[in-house]
Amino acid sequence: MRAYLPDYQARSAKDLKDALKVLSGEPGLWKPLAGATDLMVLFAAGKLPRGRYLNIRGLKELRGIGVTKDFVSLGALTTYTEIRGHSVLMKEFPNLCAAARETGAIAIQNRGTIGGNIANASPAADSPPALLVYDAEIELVSSKGARWVPYAGFHLAYKKMVMRPDELIRAVRLPRRAEKFAHFYRKIGTRRAQAISKVCFSGKARLEKNGRRFLDARIAVGSVAPIPLRCLRTEAAIVSRDLDARVIANARKIFLQEISPIDDIRSTRDYRAAVAGNVFEQFIQETAGL
Amino acid sequence: MILKIKVNGKLRKVDAHPMARLLDVLREDLALTGTKEGCGEGECGACSVMLDGALVNSCLVPAIQADGATVKTIEGLASDGRLHRLQEEFMKCGGAQCGICTPGMIMASASLLAKKKRPNEAEIREGLAGNLCRCTGYAKIFESVRSAR
Repeated sequence: MRAYLPDYQARSAKDLKDALKVLSGEPGLWKPLAGATDLMVLFAAGKLPRGRYLNIRGLKELRGIGVTKDFVSLGALTTYTEIRGHSVLMKEFPNLCAAARETGAIAIQNRGTIGGNIANASPAADSPPALLVYDAEIELVSSKGARWVPYAGFHLAYKKMVMRPDELIRAVRLPRRAEKFAHFYRKIGTRRAQAISKVCFSGKARLEKNGRRFLDARIAVGSVAPIPLRCLRTEAAIVSRDLDARVIANARKIFLQEISPIDDIRSTRDYRAAVAGNVFEQFIQETAGL
Repeated sequence: MILKIKVNGKLRKVDAHPMARLLDVLREDLALTGTKEGCGEGECGACSVMLDGALVNSCLVPAIQADGATVKTIEGLASDGRLHRLQEEFMKCGGAQCGICTPGMIMASASLLAKKKRPNEAEIREGLAGNLCRCTGYAKIFESVRSAR
C-alpha cells in the first residue's frame, strides 16, 4: 500500500549552507532527497520511513562536471544523462558512462544522481563498481567542514557508510591516469534496459608491451556481495602471470571465493556465481586480447 | 505548500503536499488525466511527462521538486487544434491499442525526436526502453516513430 502523505514532511534547502545547517541542527532526523528515483519507489510501496525529507535537488553547489589537469570532478547531483554524454568521461572513464547508460532508462537517467546512487548504498547499484576501479574519492561536507574519503572503504556493511547523518556528499572525483588501460564493463539483468543487475562487473587492465601478462588490473563487482566490492585478491591472481588456462582457472576460483552472492527476488546464488565467473573470464579474454 | 508550475504553457497554482507525486497533482488536482499510472514505481513509463524539457516518470517526482518548473503533458502536445505529428502517426500505424501506454510512449518519442531528428532503429529502441506496452508487441510503435521522424 502506498505511503500516507501526512506522515511526511519536506522542505527545500535554499542553498548548501542552509542544507548543512538543517542537517546539523537535527542530525538523523532529516534525510536528503536528491533525484528521488529510489526513495519514491519505496514511497509507492509504503516502505519509505516516515519523517522529514530535505530537498537538495536545486542546490547549484552540488552540480556540474569539472575537469582539471589531475581530476574529473562530478557534483553529487550530476545525473546519469550528464555522465553518459560527457566527452572526457567517455574517453577516460568509459565504465562509468556504460553504467550510466545501463541504469534504468532515459527518464530515470534524467533524474537519478551519482551522489544519490552512492548514498542510497544499494549493493546492486551500477555505478559503484565503475567508481571503484577508477579510485574515486568522495567529498563529504557538513557545517563543521569538508573531508575527502576514498570510495574504497566508503561502504562498511550492507547500507552502512562512513558518512555521518549531518554530512552530504558534495562531489566525487576521479584521478586522471596517464597510462593506457583497456576498460571492460558488463551488467547482467533480466533485460537490457530498466532491469536491476543480477551481476555487474567493472574492470580495467593494462598489458605488458609484448602482451602475455597484465602489468596492472582492477576489478569491482555489484550485486554479488553486501556492498559494492573491489576484488583485490582476484586482481593479484592475474597480474604479472602468464595468462594460461591454469592461471585463469585458479583466478576464477579465487574470484568466486571473494564474492558472496545470495538467493533473492532477482536471481539465485548459483546463477550469479556461474555468470560472475563467466564474465570474469570474458574480461580477461577481451582486455588481454586472447 | 502552494505549488507553482507552468503546465502546458499555463501557470498553475496548486495546494499540494510536498511529497505528493507529480502524477497525482497532474491527474487529480489539475484534471489532466491523459498521463496514466501503470506501475507507480518507475518501471513502465506510462506516467512519462517532460519536466523542464527532460523526460521523467511523474510517479517518481515529488511535488516539491516540481515547484517552479515547466511541465508538458500529452495534453500539451497538440497545437492550434492540430495533433502532433507523432499522434498522427501512432493513429495511422496502429501504434495504440488499449491506450494506457500511449501517452507515455508518445512523450518518450517526442523527447527522443527533440534530441535527435532522425534516430536510427537502435536509438528508437533505447529511447522507448523505459516504456512498456502489453498490447502491440512494439513493432507498430517503432513504426509510428519511424514514420514521424
